[in-house]
Amino acid sequence: MNLRRKKRLILASTLILGVAAAVSLMLYALNSNLNLFYTPSEIVNGKKDSGVKPTIGQRIRIGGMVTVGSLKRDPKSLHVEFAVHDADGHQIIVVYDNLLPDLFREGQGIVAQGVLIAPNRLQATEVLAKHDEEYMPPEVAEAMGKGHKKLEYDKQ
Amino acid sequence: MWKWLHPYASPEKAYQLSTTLFPWFAVLGFSLTLIGTIWGLMFAPTDYQQGDSYRIIFIHVPAASMSMSVYVGMAIASFIGMVWQLKLADWSAAAMAPVGAVMTFIALITGSFWGKPMWGAWWVWDARLTSELILLFLYLGVIALYASFEDKVVAARAAGILAIVGVINIPIIKYSVDWWNSLHQGSTIKITEKSAITNDMLYPLLMNIFGFGLLIGAIVIMRFKAEIIARSGMRPWVKTMALEGENK
Repeated sequence: MNLRRKKRLILASTLILGVAAAVSLMLYALNSNLNLFYTPSEIVNGKKDSGVKPTIGQRIRIGGMVTVGSLKRDPKSLHVEFAVHDADGHQIIVVYDNLLPDLFREGQGIVAQGVLIAPNRLQATEVLAKHDEEYMPPEVAEAMGKGHKKLEYDKQ
Repeated sequence: MWKWLHPYASPEKAYQLSTTLFPWFAVLGFSLTLIGTIWGLMFAPTDYQQGDSYRIIFIHVPAASMSMSVYVGMAIASFIGMVWQLKLADWSAAAMAPVGAVMTFIALITGSFWGKPMWGAWWVWDARLTSELILLFLYLGVIALYASFEDKVVAARAAGILAIVGVINIPIIKYSVDWWNSLHQGSTIKITEKSAITNDMLYPLLMNIFGFGLLIGAIVIMRFKAEIIARSGMRPWVKTMALEGENK
């Protein structure tokens, strides 16, 4: 390899390494701000790295699993209330006055955006269903004991 | 190896090689994509949660994975073009950019169509979605830079630097779903462990991924040939070829 090529090789490699280092430092610094949502335990205990807790009245997103058996529906309006929990066992109640997405099920992951109205209550303006990366036919899911039924609403 | 590779660095040889390779890529890619798509859309079982809506995966995932693969290919070609000053590498990078941009666009659009019924939103400023959008802008930047200089050596250098710098975005897209909380689910196809998808769905998906790859290869080869002709129109071999074509 002649000298000029070597020089260019070093130049190009430094360019990549330099930008990579700059970007990774930037991402590292912004780390917790790049999360789409707070988990319920982060709302209760604060974020893991910075300890920042959302304040009441703040617009936030929260993500977690809908607790089985927690869904309460007002029979006269669209008003729904359900609890969202995460692996650490903390729970936040989400209040919502609109149509839930098709994929909304108890035990399913969701992301809700809204205003924190009490330390553990969120008035949601938008509820998004999060699905996982598993795909299988219904028969297989049944054999594996996975629930896949849509919510059934009993007439109260 | 260098001795063996060296003849292909001449535009004429590269053109001839491309002409031989093209039908293989085109036929294989087209048939794989056709079979994969029909299998996936019509015969693969429905999903236990998403019903038939999940079927857009057979377009979305191949397009998204190709958008990243093409970018890596383009960045490698730009790197070679910059260090070894190989014109052919620059031209191949220029041939890849618009194809990759289209794939990124397809991935974003199909993702949006999938997001509305499943998540409940066309678009969310999620780490995965945002980084894929940045990829589209990178492609557009590379295309614009290459097009905006009259002197194609300067143009290739400018576009090449952007392409090389932008490659940082690729691992960010890939791992965005693992590093941060995101609405987008994690990857389904795993190389080291068992994929989180049944085989009836996995095979057509893989067929489409390889089919898309080969089909893109064919399109890139075609664009690469056009680029060679456009850049070496003054060469005697191009003139002879053109005259031969006229006499036929």
